[in-house]
Amino acid sequence: MAIEPRKPPSQLIPKLQRALGGRAGWSGFVLQLLFVAALAWISYEIVANARANLQAQRITAGFGFLANNAGFDVSQSLIPYSGSDPYTRVFLVGLLNTLLVSVIGIFFATIIGFLVALGRLSPNWLLSRISGGYVELIRNLPVLFQILFWYLAVLAALPNPRQSISIFDSIFLSNRGLIVPKPVGQAGFEPFVVALLVAIVASIVLWRYARRQLFQSGKVIKVWPYALGMIIGLPLISMLIFGTPVTWEVPVLKGFNFAGGSRLIPEFVALTVALSTYTAAFIAEIVRAGIISVHKGQMEAGSSLGLQRGSVLRLIVIPQAMRVILPPLTNQYLNLTKNSSLAVAIGYPDLVSVFAGTTLSQTGQAIEIIGITMGVYLLISLVTSAIMSFYGWRISRSMGG
Amino acid sequence: MKRVSLVVTLAAAAALSAQAASAQTLKTVKDRGMLSCGVSQGLPGFSSPDDKGNWTGLDVDICRAVAAAIFNDATKIKFVPLSAKDRFTALQSGEIDVLSRNTTWTLSRDTSLGANFTGVTYYDGQGFLVKKSLKVNSALELNSASVCVQTGTTTEQNLADYFKGNNMKYEVIAFATADETVKAYESGRCDVFTSDVSQLYAERLKVANPADHVVLPEVISKEPLGPMVRHGDDQWFDIVKWTLFAMVGAEELGMTQKNIDEMAKSDKPEVKRAVGTDGNLGEQLGLTKDWMVRIVRATGNYGESFERNVGSGSKLGIARGLNNLWSKGGIQYAPPIR
Repeated sequence: MAIEPRKPPSQLIPKLQRALGGRAGWSGFVLQLLFVAALAWISYEIVANARANLQAQRITAGFGFLANNAGFDVSQSLIPYSGSDPYTRVFLVGLLNTLLVSVIGIFFATIIGFLVALGRLSPNWLLSRISGGYVELIRNLPVLFQILFWYLAVLAALPNPRQSISIFDSIFLSNRGLIVPKPVGQAGFEPFVVALLVAIVASIVLWRYARRQLFQSGKVIKVWPYALGMIIGLPLISMLIFGTPVTWEVPVLKGFNFAGGSRLIPEFVALTVALSTYTAAFIAEIVRAGIISVHKGQMEAGSSLGLQRGSVLRLIVIPQAMRVILPPLTNQYLNLTKNSSLAVAIGYPDLVSVFAGTTLSQTGQAIEIIGITMGVYLLISLVTSAIMSFYGWRISRSMGG
Repeated sequence: MKRVSLVVTLAAAAALSAQAASAQTLKTVKDRGMLSCGVSQGLPGFSSPDDKGNWTGLDVDICRAVAAAIFNDATKIKFVPLSAKDRFTALQSGEIDVLSRNTTWTLSRDTSLGANFTGVTYYDGQGFLVKKSLKVNSALELNSASVCVQTGTTTEQNLADYFKGNNMKYEVIAFATADETVKAYESGRCDVFTSDVSQLYAERLKVANPADHVVLPEVISKEPLGPMVRHGDDQWFDIVKWTLFAMVGAEELGMTQKNIDEMAKSDKPEVKRAVGTDGNLGEQLGLTKDWMVRIVRATGNYGESFERNVGSGSKLGIARGLNNLWSKGGIQYAPPIR
């Protein structure tokens, strides 16, 4: 008698059950469904209720206001902006100013943070004590206080424009900021840029080649003299052939302020300095913790290979420390970005100041504007963490785990 | 600042979604036993706390008068200091019952904020404060200047219009509070501080050496300042509106803080209507018959309040000017109280 082979039981339903209801099965699924429905109902009620009440009080709602003219000016803008532009433009101006402070702040905070951490771990007594003092002083004072300190105590103490500190009568430092000559592009500008780019690309190719040579045959090729020669030489040749790339527009004192030139406003400087030094103190501790977490044997092994202390750190310790450093470092980057909204205290025109501040009070549309602003900060933070996660993924992949 | 405004805004959003538009402000205030009044964070002459924490000023007197009319007690008030950019949200959310905070009456504010202006407590205009050492005599000489301004005010837009209209360049630096703005001006970050003229006089008192600063003669805008209430409660709107008219009307009738008790016994028909010995005008508002007596006893008439807070009796020393009674060359005018 032929035995009919038993069919394997269908896997589909239990799989579905597990996926939807977890361990609890179907009843878990029903509970989840109820929970989601309740959430949806609550959010619907909130929106509908707010809408009804706004209408009852005849408060304008919706996003139509964004197309209206702003009618006010802003002290720093990365894109052309005038008072007759719409609120959408104001939003963009504020957003770019926020991003500018964040990116530059993160850049300097990272550099200062790493240097201070290395200083603190240094065998040099004085250096390590100074670094330790820096961390303890800076991270224990409120950041708003530090911003105000830089703005009101340091930068405001500079002389007025008529008595500004000048260097060669072309760079001026006053309580209106740092004013430097502005480059104005000439006929030779494009060839100059092309030559510079070619030089940089060629240097990178050369460096990669040298690295491969080192790994394959152990031959050490000194790259930097060639790179330097190209980066200086090629643009120089372009200048000789095509003429000078830029002329400089020198600032002149005219009336109350300087006309011409480019200017770094004190609000920007104070905010960037305060945020990067403050965040650097935290980054220093994170980096220090990361380095200490790498086993001492790694350092000793590196030394016994005959590597210098700097090379041991750079090639062996820091790459391993990065895995520990990265997640809290991301937090600090996000903190810096969010802290940049303290700009409003010193009149730096960031997103919160011009959009969630001036625009809000001119239009009165609090819910819409705060909603947009929260969305933007959320987006910036998510993008930052995504970039950092990608970086972390690459590190762990390159270390095989 | 950021934190405060965020909290207020979130509170606004929560309140807007939780609570139906209330048309019973008077009842709410009576039940609470206290009027909640939005004022500035300290503007001498209009609303500022003294060294004992008592709020005084012209804007404060409006709230005191409303409280006096309701409770016969001008101290039953909770003052809520607000920055320029938080003020409307606080009113919308129901955190305050009246916003009496040197706020300029404009069409868009009257229509889109869900609130109404109830009248004009002070006819103001925007001006410029500069250091005397700059030797500037007119606002038209301010080309290329750096200007400090408080954010969230009509001032910012007037400033843009004025400099554009006169083909002048300028740099604007906007701060969240008046104190920060003045500090930046004083430190030399700006050449000019611009605001309503009354506020310039008031803020000038705060700088180290007031005599070194001068208010330029140009007044570049109309700034009628007045109290605001929420949409949707006409009775409350009437009470706040007629409280101001009662103060102006009392001045027209010659009722003062000193003579109010004699006036209450007067047999002049228009005074009898005002003090409530004839008719029931106060009750029509939802108040008591003697509402005007209560108001005048608490704050004095409009002229007395003006002189005490911003006029000759104060450090500001501002002339009555436009704010004089219509019969004396100004434009303060109350509709008939009858």
